Amino acid sequence: MTAATLPHRSPAPSVAFGAEALHAVLAASPAPGWVSDLRRSACERLTGLGLPDRRDENWMRTDLRLFKPAAWGPTRSPGTGAVVDEGLLAEAIVSGELVDTADGSGHRVAGRLAGRFASLDGHVMREELDASLAAQGVVFGSAERVLAERADVLKAHWFSLIDSSTDWFAALHAAFHAASVVLYVPPRVRIADPLHVVAGLTDGGVDTSHVLVVLGEGAEATVLTETAGGGAAGSTGGFHCGGTEIVVGENAFLRMVNLQNWNTGVWHVARQRAVVRANGRLQWTLGALGSRLSQVAQDVALVGRGADAQVNGVMFTEGRQQLVFNTSQHHEAAACRSDLLYKGALQDRSRLVWRGMIKVDKAAQKTDGYQRNDNLMLSKTARADSIPGLEIEADDVRCTHGATSGRVDGQQVFYAQARGLTADEAARLVVAGFFQQVFDRITIAPVREALARAIGRRIRRIS
Amino acid sequence: MERLVIRGLHVAVEGQEILKGVDLEIGRGEVHALMGPNGSGKSTLGYAIMGHPAYEVTSGTIELVAADGTRRDVLAMEPDERARAGIFLAFQRPMAIPGVRLADFLRHSVTNVRNPDRKEGEELMPMREFRAELKAKMAELSMDPDFARRYVNDGFSGGEMKRAEILQLAMLRPGFAILDETDSGLDADAVRLASESIAKIGGAEMGILIITHHEQLLEHNVPLRTHVMLGGRIVESGGPELAAELHKKGYERIRVAYPDAAAAERAMEDAAGLAGRAVPAGAGA
Repeated sequence: MTAATLPHRSPAPSVAFGAEALHAVLAASPAPGWVSDLRRSACERLTGLGLPDRRDENWMRTDLRLFKPAAWGPTRSPGTGAVVDEGLLAEAIVSGELVDTADGSGHRVAGRLAGRFASLDGHVMREELDASLAAQGVVFGSAERVLAERADVLKAHWFSLIDSSTDWFAALHAAFHAASVVLYVPPRVRIADPLHVVAGLTDGGVDTSHVLVVLGEGAEATVLTETAGGGAAGSTGGFHCGGTEIVVGENAFLRMVNLQNWNTGVWHVARQRAVVRANGRLQWTLGALGSRLSQVAQDVALVGRGADAQVNGVMFTEGRQQLVFNTSQHHEAAACRSDLLYKGALQDRSRLVWRGMIKVDKAAQKTDGYQRNDNLMLSKTARADSIPGLEIEADDVRCTHGATSGRVDGQQVFYAQARGLTADEAARLVVAGFFQQVFDRITIAPVREALARAIGRRIRRIS
Repeated sequence: MERLVIRGLHVAVEGQEILKGVDLEIGRGEVHALMGPNGSGKSTLGYAIMGHPAYEVTSGTIELVAADGTRRDVLAMEPDERARAGIFLAFQRPMAIPGVRLADFLRHSVTNVRNPDRKEGEELMPMREFRAELKAKMAELSMDPDFARRYVNDGFSGGEMKRAEILQLAMLRPGFAILDETDSGLDADAVRLASESIAKIGGAEMGILIITHHEQLLEHNVPLRTHVMLGGRIVESGGPELAAELHKKGYERIRVAYPDAAAAERAMEDAAGLAGRAVPAGAGA
């Protein structure tokens, strides 16, 4: 099913991100005026903003010295002949789930996707939604199109959660988002099968996609987004500057999985923010396997009483990859729960940074907040930093955090070898076991299996 | 019948010699007991046979000698190759592997041991076949089938760890099994159960070396030979009555009868004391 490595590379942009490029974007956009107005004001800010300051806590561990803003601009259409990668998660869902049977043999049950959206270099290549869902008022597809059709429910949310004025990347994204996708699930509509979004890049391509997910009261959905392609380390690579906004309505339940699986030459900057309303539930899993450098902000705000967010992170880094995550769990309302578990394994000379913050407002009594980051070092030259943080203004709360960093234990490897496993198999098993705790929390079995397989393939002999 | 033959084995840990010339020969189908005071080198022998990287063999040989006289050099093998050649060590303190279910671990293990030429990435033993066999073995050993769903030795009690080791022994059916204090930390009933289980698993195809301080484990596994280790050497061998005598009367007679070995024992204790440690990292001595 998977497309072979993308055959062509993008030509250098004819025009860098700026006023001239925006002019061309607006000329081609079918979106309503209010959407274009947001672009214009963001573009005005863009010219005055520089790259984030390394004195900023969130950026001080991100090395942007080799990132050249002027080298990037909107990518031309890849043309109709271009092939988009299916995506690891889509493949996993479609190939199905291994289900236990009474006789212990197990068999595979094929899965299906309720909707699919694919883009390449910021151009929409595919959009599909089950007709039965469309009939129930579900909206899923290209933002340029659906924002016009359903401004009544979407205008209030579009770019309402992420701040586009903080730095050059934020403004760029707000001005030049392309191949963006919107999911709106009306109140009490429950979607059983996952919706899938894949953003692809050719070598040297640019992706600025925005994702907006809005679940009405009592609605349910599963959304899988992933990235694929881009150039390998040492090539032109690619550039992703994206954003995600999530609104989980009262009593709604969203399972969200975002897998960053670019090739290792891609610059990846993403800000992702969710709000969860009263008694809403969010299970949000971030997987990060690729990119040259990643800077991800993942924020959850619990804004209604009884809201619940579980945040899972699965990271595997190798080579000279550098991945930075800034997470925030903001308790604005009382009696909410947030539980973050990030697990990373690091190979070669890679670097992983997690900086987490639990913020509890004065009004958020009876908060139950937890954050934890465990890292497993597979080489002596890898480096991980875990920086948990708490900011608590309420007095009746339970907030805890933890962080560990360890190595594969030679005694574990010997024990497994003594039972006939090779040293490599033993190491892979120990690493798989390390991630099991977070996999156990991901309730979508094919996603869990796909992540485990992808990580298993990357592990080499432990040094 | 194949024999495990150890000759003149000297083993050092972190530069300190622990075994000072061990000779031992075990045939398939034979039960041998290895007794001796703490620190005499019993566990070291087990680790050296299994190939623990911290245990350096400075001289001597360990070989598998087939009935037709074909010899295989165990010391030239990696630990996993030794396991696939039919050698098994039941650990005194097994390692936990959090997140890895005992059943999954065993499926890898059984697949490799039964197909010594398997390359990594090739198919594992079919799930259905494996589960059926595991279920049957657990029933034979009066074990709860849910036990195999737990993570390998993670949060296991001492008794559960030993039971898990016996289960692995039963599934792997090695040619030679070294049971390193499989009775330690168990109460009398648990030791009896372990003793019965081992007797069930063993048989004409399996040579067993039981390392123990006590004789209860030998109740259902009467040793052909009992060996006494002192100061890094096997100083005396006898029948099952020797195990009974040592259990009742301790090692004073042995120390008196073998003053050189007793002196070596004291020297090793002193060295360990000076180095501020009783045993090498992660291992019993």
